[in-house]
Amino acid sequence: MSAVAIHEVEHDEPVTGIHHRKLAIWTFIGSECLFFASLISVYLVYKGKSLTGPFPKDIFEIPLVTAGTAILLFSSFFVVLALDALRRNDQTKAKIWLGLTVLCGIFFAGMQVYEFQHFVHKGLTMQGNLFGASFYTLTGFHGTHVALGTLWLGTIFIQMLRGEMSPKNAINLETAALYWHFVDVVWIVIFPVVYLMN
Amino acid sequence: MADTAALAGHDDHAHGTSHTRTYVQIGVILAVLTALEVFAYEASHNPGTYGALSGLIAPVFVPLLLVLSVAKFALVGLYYMHLKDDSNLLSWVFIFSLVIALVVVLGLMVLTGYLYNHGMPPLVR
Repeated sequence: MSAVAIHEVEHDEPVTGIHHRKLAIWTFIGSECLFFASLISVYLVYKGKSLTGPFPKDIFEIPLVTAGTAILLFSSFFVVLALDALRRNDQTKAKIWLGLTVLCGIFFAGMQVYEFQHFVHKGLTMQGNLFGASFYTLTGFHGTHVALGTLWLGTIFIQMLRGEMSPKNAINLETAALYWHFVDVVWIVIFPVVYLMN
Repeated sequence: MADTAALAGHDDHAHGTSHTRTYVQIGVILAVLTALEVFAYEASHNPGTYGALSGLIAPVFVPLLLVLSVAKFALVGLYYMHLKDDSNLLSWVFIFSLVIALVVVLGLMVLTGYLYNHGMPPLVR
């Protein structure tokens, strides 16, 4: 191993000037773009092709999803404030903002579980028609990402409560926050494409 | 975009400068854009309530939503994900992926549209 490589491993300071984890999470986000692009494509390709109901206009409840969208946007706002506070070593504010972010994540995931249950009661299932299959696949995968992100941020919140987070390891929160923002950005696309353009 | 991103964050963060004001401003803009999306939906779907405004919005409803989504997407990416101040390399990683993603979406839609219009519909139920 060269001297430069050893230096990188020991001090986490690559020659690119970008932290390894930051570059890694951005590369992962890049791959996730393709993943969600495929799912959104499938939804759009099958849009309006279902021969049997229920159809989107029969089941969507825009006020509920709008509330969920607002909550997710707020969570992005809260997590960026948490990171800002942690970098300034303002532990109290960092805990408050990150706690609120986790709560928002739990609320959004809960909203989606409620929505899915409601839709199943109205007859929309994965097997029922193309709309059901493509809708549940797309929003289900997004919901899974929200749940995982909430878990990730939750573990950092616990670390913060234990006093294990400081400006020195703020990169841990930054990578989780980048993932969280991406989840929010995906919803920014899904909300109008799936719910509003029906 | 600056190429000299600090490893653990930006220089001004290292000096304890808060970006709260900027983040709040972006948050307000995002909330307003989301409200506009929902208003456009309501107006275009309820001509009885919104009258002439509904007729005005309905023809441009889809492009309007796309523009609003792109604006929100860009704001979150530039400010909340710090692409505005971070290394150009990270921006290119993201832009490169987005371009491929867009090609995938458009390619699949054009291909299936062509097949559907030429008597080879996809499996439908």
